[in-house]
This record gives sequence, structure tokens and C-alpha cells, in this order.
Amino acid sequence: MKILIKNGRIVDPSQDIDTKKDILLNKGKVVKIDKDIKEKDVRIINAENMIVAPGLVDMHVHLREPGREDQETIETGLRAAVVGGFTTVCAMPNTEPPCDSQAQAKFLIEKAQMTGIANLLPIGTITRKREGKEIAEMKELKDAGCPAVSDDGMPVEDSILMRKAQEYASMVGLLVISHSEDRSLSGEGVMHEGYWSTVLGLTPIPAVAESTAVERDIQIAKLTGANLHIAHVSAKESVEIIRQAKKKGIKVTAEVTPHHLTLKDEDLAAYDTNMKINPPLRSKEDVEALKNGLKDGTIDAIATDHAPHLENEKEKEFDYAPFGMIGLETALSLCVMELVDKGHLDWPGLIRKMSTNPCGILKYERGTLKEGAEADIVIIDPDKEWVYDKKEIQSRSSNSPFVGRKMKAKAEYVIVGGRIVVREGKVV
Amino acid sequence: MKETAAWTKKHLLGTEDLSKEEIQLLLDQAKGFKEVLERPIPKVPTLRGRTIVNFFCEPSTRTRTSFELAAKRLSADTVNIVAASSSFLKGETLKDTVRNIEAMKVDMVIIRHSCAGAALFLSRCVNASVINAGDGAHEHPTQALLDVFTIQEKIGNVKGLKVSIIGDIAHSRVARSNIWALTKLGANVTVCGPKTMMPVEIERLGVKVTYDIGEALRDADVLNVLRLQLERQKQPVFAGTREYIKCFGINKEKLKEHAKEDVLILHPGPVNRGVELSQDVADGKYSVILDQVTNGVAVRMAALFLLSMVKT
Repeated sequence: MKILIKNGRIVDPSQDIDTKKDILLNKGKVVKIDKDIKEKDVRIINAENMIVAPGLVDMHVHLREPGREDQETIETGLRAAVVGGFTTVCAMPNTEPPCDSQAQAKFLIEKAQMTGIANLLPIGTITRKREGKEIAEMKELKDAGCPAVSDDGMPVEDSILMRKAQEYASMVGLLVISHSEDRSLSGEGVMHEGYWSTVLGLTPIPAVAESTAVERDIQIAKLTGANLHIAHVSAKESVEIIRQAKKKGIKVTAEVTPHHLTLKDEDLAAYDTNMKINPPLRSKEDVEALKNGLKDGTIDAIATDHAPHLENEKEKEFDYAPFGMIGLETALSLCVMELVDKGHLDWPGLIRKMSTNPCGILKYERGTLKEGAEADIVIIDPDKEWVYDKKEIQSRSSNSPFVGRKMKAKAEYVIVGGRIVVREGKVV
Repeated sequence: MKETAAWTKKHLLGTEDLSKEEIQLLLDQAKGFKEVLERPIPKVPTLRGRTIVNFFCEPSTRTRTSFELAAKRLSADTVNIVAASSSFLKGETLKDTVRNIEAMKVDMVIIRHSCAGAALFLSRCVNASVINAGDGAHEHPTQALLDVFTIQEKIGNVKGLKVSIIGDIAHSRVARSNIWALTKLGANVTVCGPKTMMPVEIERLGVKVTYDIGEALRDADVLNVLRLQLERQKQPVFAGTREYIKCFGINKEKLKEHAKEDVLILHPGPVNRGVELSQDVADGKYSVILDQVTNGVAVRMAALFLLSMVKT
């Protein structure tokens, strides 16, 4: 089916395009971008006053299937993704069983294909069974379709293992995504160490728990020559370490979550367990450093770390609640409100962080609207006001502190492989 | 009974959110109740027909007994629930346990819990009034209030007094609640303890920080000496009890060298004799530890009374 998207503002950083033009899609591919395209037998989408961009790609999502289908399934997770404007998500492997084999990886890809909703890239584990002891079968994982490996949720604590894992991963051509954390420093901590942890009496997690681990992982990457990607950066110290490493030409990239840009430790005064996350929400100064990191390119990507948990799991004393919040459906809005509207990033800058760069980091052939590219497209209404209504949540879980909040900007249309999967903001 | 129009809070969760007027109101109320406790029949019918539940998820004999007595002196019916013997072991959540109790029509729940924020959490899922008897390292408002009451009783106006809180500040709800209450009332608060037990940025709460016991003792009008949790010995926050006693243990020699002769000595109890306080200091002339206990019942009566007056 031919689709013609008219009158939209086409933002494609991969081609340095930011212009009002039409774009024609056919047989699942981009045909061309041009002024006033005239075409017959075509379905027209009027994108007046909207942004037309390559589909967003989320490098860090927990889909919980297999093992915790009560929290989320591949299907519900992908529905949440497309509603949020994402056409591809990377599924983190801390499932039960973990994704440490080609069978697991293929299961995820095929299950996603069966849903027909969006694309799924499986991230394999760094270590077998995610136990942190032996290297996983990375070549198998690569061949099965994994662009990267990660033990996310946990760091690779054993330094020699991290070194060997990086060497091996770089040999087979896999990106290593690191959850960098020194757990002896974070201990039993549940929130950022600072004035607010002192006031609230909650066991603190010092920023050095993250920054010392980031430093270690980067120095090892320098030695091994591996491509290292630092997950969910939260501390200003980490940002500076990454900045200096990039200056030295070390192959490191980094991501930040929308909630780390929007919320801070002060917001935990109400002990809302939906704000209990790892790494924790940090101070004003850290949030500012994260935004500066995005602006100067130190931080390459925005990724949600979407982490579903059941209501009864979160409705507990703060110390006992699990870490994590969902984020697929609010990411775009939060980033527009916090970054674009406040002048930190322009639209090309935002699309770069949410589509172009993730694809570059993953060596994934998407994130572009060039001729012949796969038609994964998001059409965003940048001014649409909406309320994050619990009843409308597509994810199986609703553990978000933003439930009930007024939001701005929404994905009106999402096209995956040339098929419309979201129309007028709703899954088709 | 005194004018109660100024008390509007349904729950007593901490001293951080009390104004200095509210603090003084409660303490004035407590004065009246202390007088009741000195009568031959130390009982008033004020809370007759009300049911008050002591929900203690952490061990405590003295605070629980204090609240129980306070309730009984006001003629309320009391129920004690101690976590180890409750449905907790059967896996029932905190929320469910309390809601089940509430379904039996209780008016007030006094909760002690090892998790910060537990009292607030509870206040959001039940209709009863909630009093925080200690939530993790966060707050223990009635302790701070009885501490201030004791200071006012023995010395007078708190304003301008130098109060030094000594011990494991990082893990202390007594320290935090005292800091809020005392600074609101205009005292000069110093906190002193091992650096490994001092929470970051605590100066921002309006206190002076020192790791030198001499500095903490010098010119102090009041010492509030915290219990050292000996369970922490195994954790890397501590160089052992002997070092602690050497640096921070309050004994006659240190007092003689640094402190005023009549410095008031408070301790929330139970005292580790020979550790944070030497035997002779604990039983000494200026130790008001037992007065604190007596005052505790009166202060808690005041708290129960004021909360019960708030229409839901």
C-alpha cells in the first residue's frame, strides 16, 4: 500500500533534513522526500503542523517475557512502545530464563514478529545465565540477531571477567552495554545520597557507586578497544568521566532516561515508590549535568529503561519496593516538555538522541528516511495536550509517577515497515 | 482543658511538618496531663470509647508501654500488635494488616516500623489517625517532643540554648526529630559523632557538625546522647566499641574537662552503660533520663488527645 505523508515538517538528522516536504512510502520502504508529491492510489496522511521523523528506537526496555508475563508481555510492551512513538525496542535480557542463547534470542524476535506491532532487537547477556561468572555464547547471540550484550540490572563485578567479556564481544562485533555500579558502595541504598536522603532517613546511594564503576568500565574499554555503552547515566561525575574519555578517543557512548532528566531526589519527599529506581533520581546539579551532557554530545541517546512492576509489588514500604518505573508511553512527551520546550535541544537534536544515534550505536539500519530505507516512521503532534490516564495505559503495568499528569506532544501516527500501527494516537 | 482550636493535624508523622506554635501547643497540653499523672487516680475519661492500636513492627518495650499507658490514662481501649506474632509471618503486607485491623473499627494507629516512610504510607491507606512511633531513620516525633518538654521543664525557654546531639546521627530518627523541633524553637544545635555515622549535608538542616567531643561539650546546656546500636559493630561504619567510647563516650572526665557543671543529660534509652554514657553519668545528678520517661507518657497523652479532637 502506498502512503503519502503530506505537509509535515520532516526532521531527519541522518540526512541533515529539517524541512516542510512530503514523503512517499511504498512496499514498506521510503520512496522519496519531495515538495508537493502527487501520486495516485495512495493513502494520504495530513501531517500539517506535525513532525515527521524516523521511528524512535529505545535501546533499553524490560519486556519481562519470558518469565514475568504478569508484569508485561512482548505484545503489551510493543503496544506501549508504538503508542510512545517507538518503532523498535531493545529487550534487555534479565528475563526468566535470561536471554543467553540463540534459542532465547530467536524466540524474542519471532514472538515480536507474530504480534506484528513493532520491531524487537534482543540484547543478549554478557555472562551465562546472567550469573556474572562465565562469558555467554556471544557469537551465537550475534548470529541470532543480538546487536549488543548486557547483564543489565547487574554490573559485571569481576573486573577480569569484564575485560575478557569486552575483548570477546568486540571480536564477534557486539556492543557491550554496561550497567555500571559498584554494589558495595550502593549497598542497601534506596535513594541518592545527599541532603534529601539525610532528611528522609532513607539509606543512601552515593554518586561514586556509579562513577567509580563507569571509570573502571571505560578504562577497560580503552585497553580492549571494545565498543562500550554506558546505560542510564545519572550522576554528574559520570558525565564528566564520559566526556573526558570521548576526548581521548575511547569508544564509549552513553544514554540517559527521560525520568532522570525530569525528576530529582527532592521529588521523593512523598516516598512515592514509583520514583524508586536504580540508578536513583539525583540532585538538581546532576540533572543539569545530564542536560549539558546531551547538549554537548557526551550523552548520545535517550532510552527509557522501561521497567514494569505490579501494583502490589510497588505498594509497599519504600525500602521493600522493587526498583523501576515504566516509561515507553511518556518518554516523548517528557523529553519535549523538558528538553525542547525549555530550549535545551531543538527537534533535530531530539530526534538524533531518540532515533538516529541509537541506531548508529547499535549499527541498526534504521533511524533514517533516506530513499530505500525501511519505512519506520513517527508523526508527532508537538503541541498535543493529553493526560496520562491510567485507564489508557497500554503497558500491562502502571508503575509510573506520571500517571494522571498533563502531558504535551504525542505520536499521532506510527508506521512500522510501511504499515500504520498507530492512528490518531491509538494502536490500530 | 486548654484551647485546642489551633491543632488541625489528623496525623502526627514528624516534627518536620509541625510549626513552632503547634509544638508549643502540644507541650502545653502535656503539662496539663503531667499533672493528671500525679493524682492518686491518674486517669481522665477524655478518650473513653476510643480504640487505639499499638502496631509495633520493631522491638520496643518502653515506647510501646509509654503509649499504652498514655492511652489507658485517657480511658481509651488499647490493643497491642507486635509484628513477630502477627500475620506478617504469613506474608500479609503492611497495608493489608492495618486495613484488617481498621476494619475492626479502631480510631488511632501508633506505628513503629524499621522503614522510613512507613507511617506516611499507612496514613494514606487507612482512615484512622496515625502516630509515628519511629519509622526507620526518619522521625520519632513524640521522642523529640518529650525531650523538648524535659528541657523546658528543667531549664526553661529552649531559645538560644546550646544543645549537642551525640552519636550515630546517620541512623537516628531521634536526632532528626530533635533537630527539627529544636531549630524551630530557636536552639543552637550541634551534632557530634564519628564521620562514618554522620549523614551528608546535615548542616543544611541548620546544625553545626563536629567530630570533636570537646567542641560538642563546650558551653553545651543540654546533651542528648544517642544509643549506639551495637548490632552495627560488624558493619564498616565503626572502629569498634572501645574506640567509640574513647572518642565519644560521655564520662565524668570528659564532662569535667569540657562541659558546664550543670549540663543536662538526656538519652532516649535504653542506655548501653559504659558505652555512650558511663555508669556514674547515667545515674548522675544532671541526668534526666527517668524524667524523660515520665514526661513521655504525658507528651503522648497530649498527642493522642489533640489528634482525637480533629474531625475527619
